[in-house]
Amino acid sequence: MDKFLGSSVTKKFVMAIAGLFIILFLLVHLGINFLLLIDDPVPFNSAAHFMANNVVVKVFEIVLFAGFLIHIIYGIILQIQNWLARPSRYKKTAFSQTSFFSKYMIYLGIIIGIFLFIHFINFYFVKLGWVEGDHENFYGMANDLFHLPLYIVIYLVSFLFLAFHLNHAFQSAFQTFGLNDRYTPVIKKIGLTYSILVPLGFSIIPIVIYFFK
Amino acid sequence: MNITLKIWRQKNKQDKGKFVTYKLDGVSTEMTFLEMLDYLNEKLIKEGIDPVAFDSDCREGICGMCGLYINGRPNGPQKGVTTCQLSMSVFKDGDKITVEPWRSKAFPVIKDLVVDRNAFDKLIQVGGYISANTGAAPEANSIPVKKENAERAFDSGTCIGCGTCVAACKNASAMLFVSAKVSQLALLPQGQIEAKKRVLDMINEMDKLGFGNCSNTGACEAECPKEIKLTNIAKLNREYLKAF
Repeated sequence: MDKFLGSSVTKKFVMAIAGLFIILFLLVHLGINFLLLIDDPVPFNSAAHFMANNVVVKVFEIVLFAGFLIHIIYGIILQIQNWLARPSRYKKTAFSQTSFFSKYMIYLGIIIGIFLFIHFINFYFVKLGWVEGDHENFYGMANDLFHLPLYIVIYLVSFLFLAFHLNHAFQSAFQTFGLNDRYTPVIKKIGLTYSILVPLGFSIIPIVIYFFK
Repeated sequence: MNITLKIWRQKNKQDKGKFVTYKLDGVSTEMTFLEMLDYLNEKLIKEGIDPVAFDSDCREGICGMCGLYINGRPNGPQKGVTTCQLSMSVFKDGDKITVEPWRSKAFPVIKDLVVDRNAFDKLIQVGGYISANTGAAPEANSIPVKKENAERAFDSGTCIGCGTCVAACKNASAMLFVSAKVSQLALLPQGQIEAKKRVLDMINEMDKLGFGNCSNTGACEAECPKEIKLTNIAKLNREYLKAF
């Protein structure tokens, strides 16, 4: 049992489960974000209010935070172990045919982590009362932010890196679960589609708001 | 043709090692890569220089002894070949070729281009076997094996344990090697007796030996001289879940 819990394969399972949970959550988050495109602030603010106060969502919030933490902590542990597994680097390396973004997951993850922190300062910490702001009017706050060019640039770059991260993440999770066989081509296509459409969906919103609202 | 070789020279395990450049004239495109190194060594011996140490045995791509990291890729630029099968015809006159040993914590360099791959032997010792009664060989057809499984087990069984997967992986992970053995034996009736113990013990040993974690980059599959598929690793993960 001890062997099982600490093993490299178990760590990867946990990483993948936490990752897939975050992938699901992103869909919910995107759905709510689309409400920002409506001129009326009520739908978005009520959705935000619901997400902040509903008991079931609150339970999921704990699971989600655990998922993020586990994904980040295990990601760092696995990466350090991987660096230690090759103490002396090759002096010359050529391109080898790999899932391209898989080589840079830790760096992409760090950038996404930084964005997540900015995002928390802007919204989640406001909800907790750690940062000043009207937590009943996230619609207004999001609209204000999406009129700051610098914020939009940071936002768009972060989602570009998220797309790269997801491009490897989705198919990799299924490979970890042992589901690499006849379904692999389909899984890869779904992963590619998800990694393009979801970050694109998030990215369209600030652009529309900046130019048209 | 004339080539310039930049070769990793390291006296022993403790030595820090460095690259030494050699110019070599009169290399034939009909030579294999190892024959070219033999030719270099003849020249070095004549000059009174310690020859370059490298591993080789069968020189026909089946023993898994000879792996070298050539111009930034395990076994050089040709696909699906071991280092001994690599032909000098893929290089051009005037080429500069960098030759390094496999680099991984689990495969320490013994001398020059020779690495200690005992870690793979240890992995096989903990699980790469089946239980079989001694005595006369049993009738081969008495245990039916599905044709598809027999073929897949054979594909996995073609792994020669050369260490290319570890050398190619950015994490120096041994997952492809371990998964090839686990899959091969898990697909056959003879491998069922130790199936659960095998996968748990081999993963546990792999972690202990200092190999990295698989991050599904697929570099191992791309570089494997025997073209062992990544699906083996998925099978290994399934077997691991089943064993719990």
